[in-house]
Amino acid sequence: MTDTKPGISDKIKETNEKLWKSQVVESILRPGSPFKSGYSDSPRNRSYVVMNNVLYHLHPVKIKRHGVKLSYTLCLGGLSFFLFILLTITGIFLMFYYTPTAELAYADTAALSTDVAFGSLVRNMHRWGAHLMVLSVFLHMSRVFYHGAYKPPREFNWIVGVVLLLLTLLLSFSGYLLPWDQLALWAVTVGSNMAGFVPVIGAQVKFGLLAGVEVSSATLLRFYVLHVLAFPFIIVIFMAVHFWRVRKDGGISGPL
Amino acid sequence: MVEIPESLLRRSAEAKAKALGVPVEQVLAEMKGEGPPVDVPESEAVAEETPVVEVEDHVDEPEVEVSPAEESAPAEESPAAMVAEVPEIQDTAVATVVEDEPPTSDADSNGSEGGNGKVAGLVSPRPTVPPTGTPEGVRTQRLLTVVKARAIQNVKAEPIDKVNTWPHLMLIEFGALLAITGLLVIMAVIIHSPLLDPANFNATPNPSKAPWYFLGLQELLSYFDPQIAGVMVPTFTGMIGFMMVPYLDRNPSTRPSDRKFAIVAFSFFIAGSATLTIIGVLFRGKGFNWSYPWKDGIFFDDLKDWVHFE
Repeated sequence: MTDTKPGISDKIKETNEKLWKSQVVESILRPGSPFKSGYSDSPRNRSYVVMNNVLYHLHPVKIKRHGVKLSYTLCLGGLSFFLFILLTITGIFLMFYYTPTAELAYADTAALSTDVAFGSLVRNMHRWGAHLMVLSVFLHMSRVFYHGAYKPPREFNWIVGVVLLLLTLLLSFSGYLLPWDQLALWAVTVGSNMAGFVPVIGAQVKFGLLAGVEVSSATLLRFYVLHVLAFPFIIVIFMAVHFWRVRKDGGISGPL
Repeated sequence: MVEIPESLLRRSAEAKAKALGVPVEQVLAEMKGEGPPVDVPESEAVAEETPVVEVEDHVDEPEVEVSPAEESAPAEESPAAMVAEVPEIQDTAVATVVEDEPPTSDADSNGSEGGNGKVAGLVSPRPTVPPTGTPEGVRTQRLLTVVKARAIQNVKAEPIDKVNTWPHLMLIEFGALLAITGLLVIMAVIIHSPLLDPANFNATPNPSKAPWYFLGLQELLSYFDPQIAGVMVPTFTGMIGFMMVPYLDRNPSTRPSDRKFAIVAFSFFIAGSATLTIIGVLFRGKGFNWSYPWKDGIFFDDLKDWVHFE
């Protein structure tokens, strides 16, 4: 064949090349992005992968060799963060189907298991993910303690970490009430009774927590707002400080 | 006078000894003020009596701090980081290191290692106008000393054995991410979340249990006064106690063999809270009284009818 007319595949190729060289793509990808020039393995490109991505950028370009050993951290801090992200995604899904009132909360939760597509799966993931997160944050703290990783210069980050553990417990506890079944009602009653034992201001603390003298519809709304907005907002701020300090304090602690 | 580090003194003594052709020990003794002045052969260029060490006197250990290469592009191996500035000397004689730009040095630790060991040289940049009072024919610039780059850099940070985050760390993280997602999906498919009867204020379940992470505390409440178990313990051990750990533990070592007390204490805490939680979950029945799970059943609704294979 001596046909010199460009075929359809050539045209696609040409358009593709034009697209990747267009100003739009050029402006989206940072200079040196491997997506633009193609990835070939070199120290330079390995650095660009991290530097040119906002999420990967949480990490430094290089880390200590012992730090990548799985047996050192067991990935517990990262898993806690990732569980938080999974909980956010599944939680947003659940928010579409849930009404925080005493009349509707239980029916909505029950409907998640029966009527809503993937509702049961997502609710189960949210619940077990929350338990796993409490566990992984606690294990992360234990790991850090056993490695003595709270020692100078990381004292402050340990404090931030303790705050994050408390916020994780508060997030889990405030979510516990939302299904509005017997388990939720009485677990929260028992839990908030403990808050009533605070000296001097116990009654006030309990009143503030429950928005009344006992668990009621107002409590449900209060716990809902705390659970979906207030506590996540606060925990994200503390997480940002936590991750930032990990970098500033010299990465993860040295080997034993 | 500033205390000159032994290593710097020795190195300049070696340089001077080499230049003058006399033994090092002799020069060193003179520098320390212990020996007689060194005889300077006439052929040497050092005309005035200024000790050669003069330059070193003014060197206040300029530190090139080699920071961990956080953000620096690999291509940015700045030559400036390899050459540190010699602080200005008020004397007529000026020795300065040729420099491109001030050593702001955010360079890669490997990068700054590379250029060491070379001789950094030194000619006065302003010889044309002789300082006032200098007689005709007297040279106002001369070689003061030959300083190795290492001597004035004084790099304190040791190079650390590092690997690229991509791919070494990111692949592990991606694997962990997939593993936990898989685990969670499998759990969500086979273990159903409990949903009991609608909330009823008039029907108190027996027993009423808190979420599992508070059951250790609830267990404590059955032994102690609420003021102690419900308030003092969580406030002082749980919050303030934990936050104060780094300030209470004054032991700088992180080696397990040096931290027996800390490890034993923390292990006791974990074992204690785990025991209380397990008792609270499995061994407490009606009226929060003691029960055996294999005899009386499990009184914990989070674990009630929990596995469904559908």
